[in-house]
Order: sequence, then C-alpha cells, then structure tokens
Amino acid sequence: MALPDRMAYLTVAMHRFANPARFQRIATAILPWSAGLTVLLLAAGLYLGLVASPADYQQGDTVRIMYIHVPSAWMALFIYANMALASAVGFVWRHPLADLFCRAVAPVGAGFTAVCLITGSLWGEPMWGTWWVWDARLTSVLILFFLYLGYIALVNAFDDPVRGLKAGAILVLVGVVNLPIIKFSVDWWNTLHQPASVSRLGRPALDPAMLTPLMVMAAAFMAYFVTLALLRTRAELLNRRIQVLQMARGAS
Amino acid sequence: MRRFAALVRRDLRLSLRAGTDATTAVMFFVVTVALFPLAIGPESTVLARIAAGVIWVAALLASLLSLERLFANDYEDGGLDLLALSPLPLEAAALAKVAAHWLVTGVPLILAAPVLALLLDMPAGGFAVLMASLALGTPSLSLIGAAGAALTLGARRGGVLLSLLVLPLFVPVLIFGAGAIDAALHGVAARPHLLLLGGFLAAALPLAPIAAAAAIRQALS
Amino acid sequence: MSDFLAMGGYAVYVWSAYAIAALVLVVLLAMSLGALKRREAALRLLEAAREARPRGEPTGSGSAPVPESSR
Repeated sequence: MALPDRMAYLTVAMHRFANPARFQRIATAILPWSAGLTVLLLAAGLYLGLVASPADYQQGDTVRIMYIHVPSAWMALFIYANMALASAVGFVWRHPLADLFCRAVAPVGAGFTAVCLITGSLWGEPMWGTWWVWDARLTSVLILFFLYLGYIALVNAFDDPVRGLKAGAILVLVGVVNLPIIKFSVDWWNTLHQPASVSRLGRPALDPAMLTPLMVMAAAFMAYFVTLALLRTRAELLNRRIQVLQMARGAS
Repeated sequence: MRRFAALVRRDLRLSLRAGTDATTAVMFFVVTVALFPLAIGPESTVLARIAAGVIWVAALLASLLSLERLFANDYEDGGLDLLALSPLPLEAAALAKVAAHWLVTGVPLILAAPVLALLLDMPAGGFAVLMASLALGTPSLSLIGAAGAALTLGARRGGVLLSLLVLPLFVPVLIFGAGAIDAALHGVAARPHLLLLGGFLAAALPLAPIAAAAAIRQALS
Repeated sequence: MSDFLAMGGYAVYVWSAYAIAALVLVVLLAMSLGALKRREAALRLLEAAREARPRGEPTGSGSAPVPESSR
C-alpha cells in the first residue's frame, strides 16, 4: 500500500478498538483475571520477600524494602511511558480512548512514585543515617513525581475537560523528551558532588534468592496496574458519557 | 523572515512601552539573591560556595515571572487568533515572542549577574563562565517557559500552575549552568557543561516552538 | 515469629515501608472503585431521566448529579 493508504488503514484499525462498548466488553473479560493474578502474585511476592528470602550480609533485613522500592520505581517509569505513548496515539490517530487512559493512569503512576520515594527514605535512614539521600535514582524519581503532579494539575485546571486532556497530552510528550535529559543531568550532578565515602543507595550483591521476590513483586505491581487502568479508564468513559448527557439536558 | 523580525520588534516595543517586565525581573533577581546572605549569614566562604547556585536559581525564578503573560495578553484581546491565521507559521510566531521575551528579561539578568556575584563574594575566576552559562541557559528557560505558558492559557491559577509545570523541566539547565560555574571556580574545565547547555539550547530551539504552537492551537480551538 | 516481626532490629523501617505501600495501593483501589460506582449510579439516573422525558418538552426540574472531575 502507498503510505497514505497505510495510514488510513491503521486509523480504521485503531478506531475499531475505540468503540466504548467494545472496550467495556474487553475490560469486563480481562478484569477478573488481572485482579486474581494481582492477589496471587502479591501473596507469592510477600511470602518470598518477607519469609523465604535471606537477609543481606551487609544490610540485614532492610534489604527487604528493596522488593517494594525497586519495582515501584519501574512502575513509575513504565506508567509515564504508557502515558507518553497514549498521548502520541491520541495526537496521531485521534483515538478517543487514548487521552482518557492517560488521565486515568496518572494518579496510579504518581502513587507508585510516592511509594518509591517513601520506601527509599525508609531504606536510607538505617543505612546512611539520613532520611533523604540525594542520590541519582531518588532525585530523578522526585522530579518524575513533580512531572506527574504537574500533569494532574494541568488536566484538572480547565473548565473544558477536552482542553485539559489535550494540553496534558502535549505536556506528557514534552516531559518524556526531557526525561532522559533530566536523568542524564542528575547522574552527572551526582558524580560531581558525591563525597568519596558514600556509595550508591541500595546495591546489595543480587543473590538469585533475592532476584525472585523482586521479579514476582514487579509482576504483581504490573497486574495491579492493569486492573486499576481498566477500572479507571472505564470510570473516565462513564464520566464522559455523563458530561455529554448533562450538556444535552442543558441544551434541550 | 521579515514578518518574523517585525513580530519581534512589535513585542519588544510593547514590552518596553509597558516598561515593567525588564525592571521587575531584574529587581526580583536582585532582591532574591540579597535574601540569601540575610538568611545564611555574611560569612564569605559560605556565600562564595553557594553563589553560583543561588544566582542560577534566582535567574530561573525571575524568568518565570513574565512568562505567564507571554501569550496571555494576545490570547485575551484576540491577537493570537490573528497570529494563527497569518502567513507566518505559528511555530515561528512563538519563536519570535520567545526572542522578544529573552531580550527583555534574559539579557538584563545576564547583565545584572556580575553585580550579584560581587555581592556574594564569588571569586573573580567565575565571572566569565557565569555570564557564558547564563547567556546559553536563559534562552532555554524562555523557550521551555513559552511552551508551558502556551499550555496554561485559559487555565485556572495559570501562574502557579506554570511554575509547577516548568520548574522540573528546567532542572538540566540549572544543573549544567550552575555546574559550569562551580567547575570554573574549582579550576576544572567548564567547557563540557557549557557544551551541554549549548546542546540543550540547540534541541529546545526547534522543539519548544513546536510544542508551544500545538498548545496555542489547542487553546484557540 | 518474634524474630520475623523484629526484622533483625529494623522492624520500624521494613514494616513501615510495606505498610505505606499497602496503604497507597489499597487507597488507590478504593478510590477507583468508589468513583466507578458513583458514576454508574449517576449515569443510571441520567439515562432514566432521559427515557422518562418525552422529546420536545422543556427540561423539568431534576436533581442531576454534577459530573465530577476524576480524583
């Protein structure tokens, strides 16, 4: 196919999934599975992390905080990447669900970011004696937290909800371009200012016995995210329908 | 190109006629920097150590001040609609307004900086790099700020929202800008920092106007 | 068991970390479910009102729920 034809084909294909009723059917089908999987994986992860894995030679039992801290950092980044992808899809293919999904998952991303920061603090205090360590990862995650808060503030700052969503999409795209630059600059800053004695937060030698709980918790968080994303996108869809009906009432 | 220059001149004339933007930004800059010795104590070694960072943060905040109005005036009186319809691409129009903003707020900051460096007892070796880093950094601040200003057009609490959106994005410029001066003060090469600042500016020059124009089209639709 | 709870002396840190994570995840879930239920109820009300009212009539009084911004 010529390129314009291919784009048209893709647009049509995209819009087949845009039908809200279709989304509702898919969501209803997947939800029980993702919810069940979340519970199972969380149970397994907690058992493995708290009971069945060894304490670290140097860090003792505080290493168990890693099983929450690291996966939540991964989720914080993953969710932002999803938001960026959704924003791009919303721009290029005008997929109606894309912006709603983006708005729906932002609070989940912010939640994981907050968990990462707080658990990082709780990990740092017994290890380094301070409640906050300006290491590269925590600082980058802190800035990512501000990016999430900025997005949430922006989409809620307009009387016209569609304008809010569209502005938010642009913001996320600007943010995602900046994110690697921010990470790079924070890493650079960290190596410049690091006192020689402090080593980076939380790098125990990864015993395979520690890798398993980490991966299981990561999978559990992912399943949790899928569940919440479906629930919240559904709620956004309902909200839009409510707004449409409200406007129709007002107009008639 | 002619239209671009005309737009820059028009914005410059408007700002200079209003008179407040440049002076307000510089006054804010000076006052903010002056607060630090009052808060921390006048001990020379301490002030010299923090001088680069303080001046950079103050410059950041001072640039934010006039960004809120960058597009808002034209948005409110319909001038932005006209710009969108004119033969000059909206991206170029955005860039023109950024250029005017920088000339009116950024350049005075650059010129005021050495005076403030004196106030904070910065050693003489840092002055040249201070000017260079601000010269390379403040345009990036104007560019990113313009994208943020376009995004918050018509938003509630636009000014505060703008700061929240834009300050995280400023972080790389801040790190490299202040880092350059600190490097020079420690006798290490400042060039890598300045090159990174330049690189950031080179990336922001095309990208920020695109984002701003997209946001303006959103606001006008 | 008490060894398990003591976490080698780091009990406060480890258990606080897990507790905070649990709190955030549970609160997000509760808020999401709550918002969903509220909107389903609001939608049912609105659609019932739309069915009940024949077309062309001016809107009567109605306590339509206000569309909420998602929190």
